Amino acid sequence: MRKLPNRTQSRVFNRRAALMGLGQAGLTLALAGRLYYLQVLQADKYKLLADENRINLRLLPPSRGLIYDRFGLPLADNYPNYRAMLVAEQTEDLAATLADFAEIVPITERERAKIMKELSRNRPFTPIPVKEDLDWEQVSRVEINLPDLPGISIEVDQKRVYPFGGISAHLLGYVAAPNEKDLESDNDPLLSLPGIRIGKNGLERQYESPLRGQAGQSELEVNSVGRVIRELAREEGTPGKDLVTSLDIGLQQFVQQRISAEFSAAAVIMDIYNGDIFAMASTPTFDPSAFYRGLTAGEWQQLTSDEYRPLTNKAIAGQFAPGSTFKIATAIAAQKVGVSPSFSVFCPGFYQLGNMRFHCWRKQGHGHLDMPGALQNSCDVYFYELSRTIGIDAISAGAKELGLGDYAGLDLPGEKPGVIPSRAWKKSTLGQSWHPGETLINGIGQGFVLATPLQLCMMTARVANGGYAVKPHLFKAAEPASVEGPSAFPKMDLDQNWLDVVKEGMDRVCNVPRGTAYNARIPIPGMEMAGKTGSAQVRRITMAERATGVRKNEDLPWKQRDHALFVAFAPVHEPRYACCVTVEHGGGGAANAAPIARDIMIETQRRDPARRNPNNEGGRREMP
Amino acid sequence: MGLGPQLGVSARNRMTWRDKVAQMSWPMVFLIGCIASIGFAMLYSAAHGSADPWMDRQAARFAVGLAMMFAVAMIDLKTLMRFVYPAYLVSILLLVWVDFAGEVGMGAQRWIDLGVVQLQPSEIMKITLVMTLARYFHGLSYEDVGRPLSLVVPTLLVLIPAALVLKQPDLGTAGMLMMVAAAMFIAVGVRWWKFGLVVAMGIGIAYYAWNSPDILHDYQKARIMTFMDPESDLQGTGYHITQSKIALGSGGVWGKGFLQGTQSHLDFLPERQTDFIFTMYAEEFGMVGGLVLLGLYVLLVAYGVVIAIRCKSQFGRLLAYGLSFNLFCYFFINTAMVMGLIPVVGVPLPLISYGGTVLMTVLIGFGLVMSVNIHRDQRIGRRLGNEDA
Repeated sequence: MRKLPNRTQSRVFNRRAALMGLGQAGLTLALAGRLYYLQVLQADKYKLLADENRINLRLLPPSRGLIYDRFGLPLADNYPNYRAMLVAEQTEDLAATLADFAEIVPITERERAKIMKELSRNRPFTPIPVKEDLDWEQVSRVEINLPDLPGISIEVDQKRVYPFGGISAHLLGYVAAPNEKDLESDNDPLLSLPGIRIGKNGLERQYESPLRGQAGQSELEVNSVGRVIRELAREEGTPGKDLVTSLDIGLQQFVQQRISAEFSAAAVIMDIYNGDIFAMASTPTFDPSAFYRGLTAGEWQQLTSDEYRPLTNKAIAGQFAPGSTFKIATAIAAQKVGVSPSFSVFCPGFYQLGNMRFHCWRKQGHGHLDMPGALQNSCDVYFYELSRTIGIDAISAGAKELGLGDYAGLDLPGEKPGVIPSRAWKKSTLGQSWHPGETLINGIGQGFVLATPLQLCMMTARVANGGYAVKPHLFKAAEPASVEGPSAFPKMDLDQNWLDVVKEGMDRVCNVPRGTAYNARIPIPGMEMAGKTGSAQVRRITMAERATGVRKNEDLPWKQRDHALFVAFAPVHEPRYACCVTVEHGGGGAANAAPIARDIMIETQRRDPARRNPNNEGGRREMP
Repeated sequence: MGLGPQLGVSARNRMTWRDKVAQMSWPMVFLIGCIASIGFAMLYSAAHGSADPWMDRQAARFAVGLAMMFAVAMIDLKTLMRFVYPAYLVSILLLVWVDFAGEVGMGAQRWIDLGVVQLQPSEIMKITLVMTLARYFHGLSYEDVGRPLSLVVPTLLVLIPAALVLKQPDLGTAGMLMMVAAAMFIAVGVRWWKFGLVVAMGIGIAYYAWNSPDILHDYQKARIMTFMDPESDLQGTGYHITQSKIALGSGGVWGKGFLQGTQSHLDFLPERQTDFIFTMYAEEFGMVGGLVLLGLYVLLVAYGVVIAIRCKSQFGRLLAYGLSFNLFCYFFINTAMVMGLIPVVGVPLPLISYGGTVLMTVLIGFGLVMSVNIHRDQRIGRRLGNEDA
């Protein structure tokens, strides 16, 4: 067989095909290696990325805890909020759907603009709120017409409602959308939810964390454009805990209404043994629901520029010179350093210290007085002398023991500490040394002394309960076993006799014809109260004015009138309730604060919230 | 793997239908069936567990294609050779037609709408070019191949269709045409230095063009860059390849299970029924599934190469080799592209990707390889008709 060229061709072909085969095998191995790299070495990374792609976590807001008064009436409640939602892709003609909807439920031009903005910002399958807070009639009309409203659906979420509105506004505060600062300081992912509201003030803020609860989570599988395919897992959140307060909303209502006759006033009623606050009112008040829906700039301006400061809870944040109510503290402080209650002073109507003359409120003087008598008459001269005798530091120590000059520790944000001066205090804050004359005016609750109505109420309670360092609070323990009895508070280093002297004086203030508050006494047997008036001067009365006659409060502009104060406890012989009424620039305490306190004390004892408490019966020990 | 019973040389030239059916490469048919079945399963999965709209149509085309494959396998090589040049001419005309009147798809003109079917002439060209080169080289002796002038005609035979395809623009197919042609040039024994020369010249021209502002404007360069490296385009192709890698990687060793591929079923994966079908497959069946499929392709290619080696005629040898190499290019480019090894150039995965023309041409290609196997002992002269070369 002759050598065919074909043989060379096939030899070359075989050789080269084998060579190419090696190359092809190498490339195929590279593919296999790449698969190994991606699917084994990098698998975890890509699995994570795939899950990030497909899984969308959605938070489920927990329902906010409710706030109740001591008898179980809801003060802060969650109501269903019916909203109409629109899914753009479910309607062929958006404008027509909106127009049809607007015929059933009117939509303002502003709302329409907002809807259009939301629609353009979101994917066509994202539900957009069209109208919030529909009433029942609107809901049913929309429901009936749903076949003609493609894309519209009704959704329910919750809104916060305060059934008592302004009556409880200073106590409950309000909830509102979190601001930048909230988001910075709190990294609870719940805050990023649209529509979430958090406590901004009052109990809503104080107990924000338990009230808020824990967010639930829904794991959603989504596709590449974010459309939800199905729910993979759902973990329900923990609803917020309910808060039962010590408040008696009925009493609160009464107190708020009683003081609302004044321009600006505050009142506190508490249990002298366990510190329960039954009512705490501050006037003027505000409408918390306005904060929920969001204030307009004008409304905000109006609230903040109001002379009577409606946003301030004056019961805890109003610091007033306590005036003669402070004499309780001075009397206790004096006995503490050994002054006998029979210590007697003659009041000629003024007190001479060096070349300075200090006036008694009663120009013609009180004559000879002992301690209870001085309290009954609220004699300034007696307390000038008493203060001079014991000195400012002794007064300061006694006042502080009664709870003045420091935070009362109430579970409510915004509390102010007040001021109880001493030599060291003046040195450190003003850099000046103490003048003897200042001892006199501070001893009658003027000068530097400042106290909140809450502190004065607490002071009165501590005197009335036999010297226990009771502290006020707004929570009310739910379980009878954990109710704090009076023994929960330490007994202070005060002799029962000293307290009895003060209580005797306070009894006589109300219940003896010459007492400063006799006109505001409670004439109902068994409900009689004991109290102390206070009229705190806010301006200096010059010699010239004294010569021509001191101007009456009614003749002065509001800002220059005296603060009217009254502290009281009742019933006088078996005390349970302490109360403080402060009328800012209200004039004389006896005429302007005491009648309010009387009405409040009558109502309080009529309702008797301390004893009517079902959790209280049998469980709570009474003071001997 | 048996290649059928040996028959005498004289018997080979006078084969009956029965002989031919007996010589049919059944193992190859089996491999094709395996890969096509995987394809059907993946098209079923791509439609979220539905035969409609892809699997049923693909299966029908496969049935037609299989019949055509068997029919083509029956045609003897000499008869085939007579149709080679006319087929080449028709393919070129179709390419010209598609360039000027084709349907735009995927940003390029690739289809001719024939009413009943849509035709992709570039896919047909892959087969006819291999046939044409095999036919041409069949007429050359080894010494002829050594003469540079004799390479002018085959070079033109390659460059004309490649240029027409590139104009569509379809870089992947143009590249594949050139690669397959190069493989055939190598197989016939074109000297290595000539390849070296061509490559060096190519680089030189590209370098000159790139740096000469008269030839390429900056915006044209930018377009070329995006074309060459689509991953730089993060919104478009870059996003696709990233999602493809995530799908592959998250499949892991054993995969997420049939119909369970999250990336594919949640639409993160683009083109999951066509170019990126391997990604979906490897997401659902993992590395193990991916290696099995690559193995099946390798066997199929190797089978074709063995048929080529065993063929007595240069035409049959080159035809089987070119078509096998074409199959290799198909699966290599497609899988390397979805794995992020090479730029995304739009080459489908043969027998698996949805698409009628590719399926038909690939099956006809297998029919030709089988014909080579059946007629491996057929003697064909340099000049057609001359039995004793």
